[in-house]
Amino acid sequence: MNLPARRVVLDASDISRSVTRIAHEILEDAKGAEDVVILGIPNRGVHLAHRIGGLIETFEGREIPVGSLDVTMFRDDLRRGKLRSLEPTDIPECGIEDRLVVLVDDVLYSGRTVRAALDALGEFGRPRAVRLAVLIDRGHRELPIRADFVGKNLPTSRSETIRVRLREVDDTDEVVLEATS
Amino acid sequence: MTRHLLSCEDLTAEDAILILDTAKRLGELSTGPMRKLPTLRGRTVVNLFFEDSTRTRISFEAAAKRLSADVINFAAKGSSVEKGESLKDTAMTLEAMGADAVVIRHPASGAPYRLANAGWIGGSVINAGDGTHAHPTQALLDAYTMREHLRSGTGDLQGLRVCIVGDILHSRVARSNVTLLTTLGADVTLVAPPTLLPIGVEEWPATISYSLDDHLPETDALMMLRVQNERMNSAYFPSAREYSRRYGLTSSRMSRMPEHAIVLHPGPINRGMEIASEVADSPRAVIIEQVRNGVITRMAVLYLLLGGSESGLGDLVDEEATA
Amino acid sequence: MTTWHIAGAQPLGGEPVDIAISDGTISAILPTGSTPAPHSTLIEAHGLIALPGLVDLHTHLREPGREDAETVESGCRAAALGGFTAVHAMANTDPVADSAGVVEQVWRLGQTAGLCDVHPVGAVTVGLQGERLAEIGAMADSAARVRIFSDDGHCVNDALLMRRALEYTKAFDGVVAQHAQEKRLTEGAQMHEGVVSSRLGLTGWPAVAEEAIIARDVLLAEHVDGRLHVCHVSTAGSVEIIRHAKARGVKVTAEVTPHHLMLTDDLVETYDPVYKVNPPLRTARDVVALRAALADGTIDAVATDHAPHPSESKDCEWAAAAMGMLGLETALSVVIETMVNTGLMGWAEVADRMSIRPARIGGLEGQGRPLAVGEPANLVLVDAGASWVVDPAAMASRSRNTPYRALTLPGRVVATIYRGRPTVLEGRLV
Repeated sequence: MNLPARRVVLDASDISRSVTRIAHEILEDAKGAEDVVILGIPNRGVHLAHRIGGLIETFEGREIPVGSLDVTMFRDDLRRGKLRSLEPTDIPECGIEDRLVVLVDDVLYSGRTVRAALDALGEFGRPRAVRLAVLIDRGHRELPIRADFVGKNLPTSRSETIRVRLREVDDTDEVVLEATS
Repeated sequence: MTRHLLSCEDLTAEDAILILDTAKRLGELSTGPMRKLPTLRGRTVVNLFFEDSTRTRISFEAAAKRLSADVINFAAKGSSVEKGESLKDTAMTLEAMGADAVVIRHPASGAPYRLANAGWIGGSVINAGDGTHAHPTQALLDAYTMREHLRSGTGDLQGLRVCIVGDILHSRVARSNVTLLTTLGADVTLVAPPTLLPIGVEEWPATISYSLDDHLPETDALMMLRVQNERMNSAYFPSAREYSRRYGLTSSRMSRMPEHAIVLHPGPINRGMEIASEVADSPRAVIIEQVRNGVITRMAVLYLLLGGSESGLGDLVDEEATA
Repeated sequence: MTTWHIAGAQPLGGEPVDIAISDGTISAILPTGSTPAPHSTLIEAHGLIALPGLVDLHTHLREPGREDAETVESGCRAAALGGFTAVHAMANTDPVADSAGVVEQVWRLGQTAGLCDVHPVGAVTVGLQGERLAEIGAMADSAARVRIFSDDGHCVNDALLMRRALEYTKAFDGVVAQHAQEKRLTEGAQMHEGVVSSRLGLTGWPAVAEEAIIARDVLLAEHVDGRLHVCHVSTAGSVEIIRHAKARGVKVTAEVTPHHLMLTDDLVETYDPVYKVNPPLRTARDVVALRAALADGTIDAVATDHAPHPSESKDCEWAAAAMGMLGLETALSVVIETMVNTGLMGWAEVADRMSIRPARIGGLEGQGRPLAVGEPANLVLVDAGASWVVDPAAMASRSRNTPYRALTLPGRVVATIYRGRPTVLEGRLV
């Protein structure tokens, strides 16, 4: 039997440090985060968004609007794969008009999800600016897209799989690199 | 995998909940100005209507257009059907035009089955109402509306007490609702004069009653069906007045329902016949909401049948698709 | 060649014998292994059952008028392949067989085809309109010698007209074959009214619409001492009424179709119009009652109600489709499947219900006779152990609307001998 080679690339404390750093960087970039709205991309991006938002709240002592944005309907690769189920979209009360929107996802890969997210944002308004935060950037971009805040740059081969596991849904925090045989 | 939506009997509880959940998500994406979602760009949806139904056609058209599909409306009026072209030839014409989905409304029960199974076309077939047989998307939007009001918009309808009143015999809405609602765990009671209940109804998964008044206090959702005045001519009931006295929903009847109970109607309503004007206009009537929910429910069906490389109904959705 | 020697056939499933046929009659029945007479042609029949040639009381040959669906000639080919040596051609042609001219035309077409006897059925009322009697006497006196009168496809609804028909036909020892269907109860009817129709949303054809007419008609037949034949009995309730009437001595006979012995209304769930037929497919309970009634003789005959339709009449939505199914080429196999292989009937009963009694009801002289010396040589040789897969495309009928498509059925007609001459040998038309 050919078990996939499995390597933990980030453990719980690595993830925690990365998220904290991203929160600080956002704060710095937004100069106080007065108008920041954080939107996670389902599934795991939403949990990361809430973590980042929570940290900024602790630093700043005031509420940061956090929501979720499902980009499925805006993807350009739907017809290539099995049908995707839709995940919740929850835009905070304040909306995104003239706000600084920080999109949060777990892994940045081809960039197609982010492109879809930019289109999806258009449904809800015109932000002042959009930033992108990801826990892992694994390379292999197919579109001219880059992240503003990166937890870890992780060179991979296309045959490998990155699994981000978060305690909110997976009972543990870790990022695993699997070599598919 | 189910490529078509022909009747609610095709739907498992998982499928039905997936459709309702998808509709809910689509509703969340549609809070702002009604802009198009690009999802079905390049796909062609044909609305093939052999029966006048502006409401349903507009609803499907809005759903398909909102998903950026190309929509072709093919109405029997003013088309070759009136010159005697058969369903088969019409279907083959549509196939040649490259229809990815055919939304069909037809006065003959089972016509969508023939369209789907006779080998005339390759696309998906969505039943938009066939004869007195089925109207699955209406049942789905009804279930959606009930779930929003009475089950916080999630999960199934376990234990929900639904009462459907009126011309059950000729109602495709009633048939589809009985099937779907019981699939979702609701308890359904059918109320009608005996003449408007089909022979064989005793085998349906529903309680049968001739008296509306008996059930009002134990009803969470009351669905009033349109009763056509023409039915009188075939001796189904003596007069409109007598029907309305025994089975019409008046304010005083509505006041005997629990406070949380809602009133549904598939439309078009027949004020003063099956439903009093003040009931139709009351806040407990969710009739306009049903219309709104119709669009997102039909968007959900179109997305689930056409959105991926294959239909998402009758099969588990791959949630771990690579990002 | 007019002399044939059938070797080793088992008459009615009995002991094997050799049967010699000469000049259209059975000239000798010999111990098996006998030497054939000089110049006779051998038909090898060891292991085959010999039955008298089958007689169909209810066949739609569609000619004149709908030659795209069937002709007398193509229908007779189908009949011969099914083991029939006589068929009754229903009157609902265009023009309707309601005059001596039309019935003689059909009769002559049958003579020309020469594959089996074709006995036209005359209409009871002019144009099947149910308003005034057709010229029943003229049809009876014509060359076609019509004895069965029926508005089949339509019910003679008017009680007075039905009474008159039952009375008037007595003058020629005729019989009125009623298509029992109460009109008002079956307006727009699409299928059996019951649980399945309630779910499918198809307008019901209630059993009572058949039973009410049969009940009325047996009382009328009793009152005027006329002869009533009930076409295509389809319900358990009808069986009870007929059983009761027979016990009272009413001159009533009845037929059942092969499809009502085998198929049930749940097939309609496919909405495939190949299952659309009138009277409609009923429930499993009705099927059981019909089989029992055929076995005990309450129902006298199996009649095919062979109803060819062109593909455009079936390749459409249910409501728009024509009613009817092919039956001639599958009838015997369906009877073997439902009645013989179930142990309900033996071969003698098959011969009785498919040949002897139908011939008697139709007043046919040279048909439905015993397999005995001096009798007309109308017989069929059946391989009861064989089975075959029904292929609509391979049928002799011009139409393809068989409900048994792709089913495997038991029993194969190997040879049909009509008036001393094979029309079918080795399962193929001669």
